[in-house]
Amino acid sequence: MNIGRILSDAMTWLNDPLNWTNPDGILARAAEHLFISVCALALAFVIAVPIGVVLGHTGKGGGFIVALANLTLAIPTMALLTLFVVAGFGAGYPPIILALTVFGIPPLLSNAYLGMREVDPDVRDAARGMGLSGAQVVGRVELPLAVPYILSGFRTAAVQIVATATLAAFVNGGGLGMIISRGFGLGLDSGGGQVVAGGLIVIVLCLTLEGVLALAQRALTPRALRQGVRRMPSSAADRVDASAAAAKP
Amino acid sequence: MAFLVVRAVPADDPRNPWFSWEYIRQNSDSIQAALTQHVQLTVLAIAIAAAIAIPLAIVASRVRWLAGPILSLSGVLYTIPSLALFALLGPLLGLTVRTALVGLVMYALLAIVRNALTGLRQVPAEVRDAARGMGYGPAQLLWRIDLPLALPGILTGLRIATVSTVALVTVTSIVSYGGFGMEILTGFNHDFYRPQIMFATLACVTLALTFDLLLVLLGKVLMPWSRRRRAT
Repeated sequence: MNIGRILSDAMTWLNDPLNWTNPDGILARAAEHLFISVCALALAFVIAVPIGVVLGHTGKGGGFIVALANLTLAIPTMALLTLFVVAGFGAGYPPIILALTVFGIPPLLSNAYLGMREVDPDVRDAARGMGLSGAQVVGRVELPLAVPYILSGFRTAAVQIVATATLAAFVNGGGLGMIISRGFGLGLDSGGGQVVAGGLIVIVLCLTLEGVLALAQRALTPRALRQGVRRMPSSAADRVDASAAAAKP
Repeated sequence: MAFLVVRAVPADDPRNPWFSWEYIRQNSDSIQAALTQHVQLTVLAIAIAAAIAIPLAIVASRVRWLAGPILSLSGVLYTIPSLALFALLGPLLGLTVRTALVGLVMYALLAIVRNALTGLRQVPAEVRDAARGMGYGPAQLLWRIDLPLALPGILTGLRIATVSTVALVTVTSIVSYGGFGMEILTGFNHDFYRPQIMFATLACVTLALTFDLLLVLLGKVLMPWSRRRRAT
């Protein structure tokens, strides 16, 4: 098939208002997609950040975090989605949300851990010397200094989850991926335009989210800490590597 | 949002166990075929990606202004969900092995370029100076200094790319490939047939870990010095 015909088919599909407003149209699917993603992201944040902060404070569990990140890289998203649905974690969205949560945890966990570990030991010592207790050191010194890393982890996890939510379509789980899978279901001759349109919508959503979150991350990071986040070289496989922690959705 | 399309299933159905030798014995042919397809797609994708990515990284490490665009382009591409990429490639290239491979190669490329470039950049300038002082030409410098010293980075890139590719192959079931991914989908569509889904999942993870182990061993063979250093 030639590119021109496919693109014009996709544009025709996108230009039909019914494809936007149908009960299973673009708008409904987008709302569903975002609902699933926000739930999974919130759940992953609540689970991963406290654990990362505690492990980072005590300096234990670095190996565990690397192992967890490597393991989630090896588990196919689609397999976990299917397993959770088949395991009967309730009907509807819960199994989908839980599966996405699993893939959101590693970037949040490793960044929270890394942020706590990267705090200058002299600063920590000074805080101890001033008589701060362990909890106070965490709350007043380490956590504020770890904010840039936690924000960076949040951004990675958010993009990761929204991208991964597309795969829920494999198990009929809703979201924007359904537009693509339904299009493939129609066969490429009649559904090709819809497939490409669905792909474009997902890509626009993910790139927009990435851009918006990059700006938000900049705005939310205290000015004094903006130079603070050093990107870890991704070849440092034996260290906790924040950028490698994200599995490919 | 009123689409509760996912059915709930009873948690313990004796006819639908999580693991069944019976299933494996009766379906050894289709399991074998899925394994072959999964391995072939992974190996081909990684080989093609490496053949493109490593020279690209060498060029990017030599031509300074190229590194930025290559890395940011790879970042943007990595943000695109796999299903969306196959949604663009599928109608364009048809339901062929080409479609599956192009998608897989694109993602693998990124991990390898990124890490190979990091590895090449970490080659100490003094070592290169010393080599040049000893009369090494550009080709010798590349083969005997840069590449051996960048090998840990290249290997890390290959490992990350391989493990993610094994997982990603499952998504190519949308264009009628997918190896064990297709097995998972078939099991799902046959009334949530658990033995098939579970076995295919474990097979994917085992395959990924096996490839990873092989690459680690390859690294030990190619870089005997790193082993010796650890021993002392």
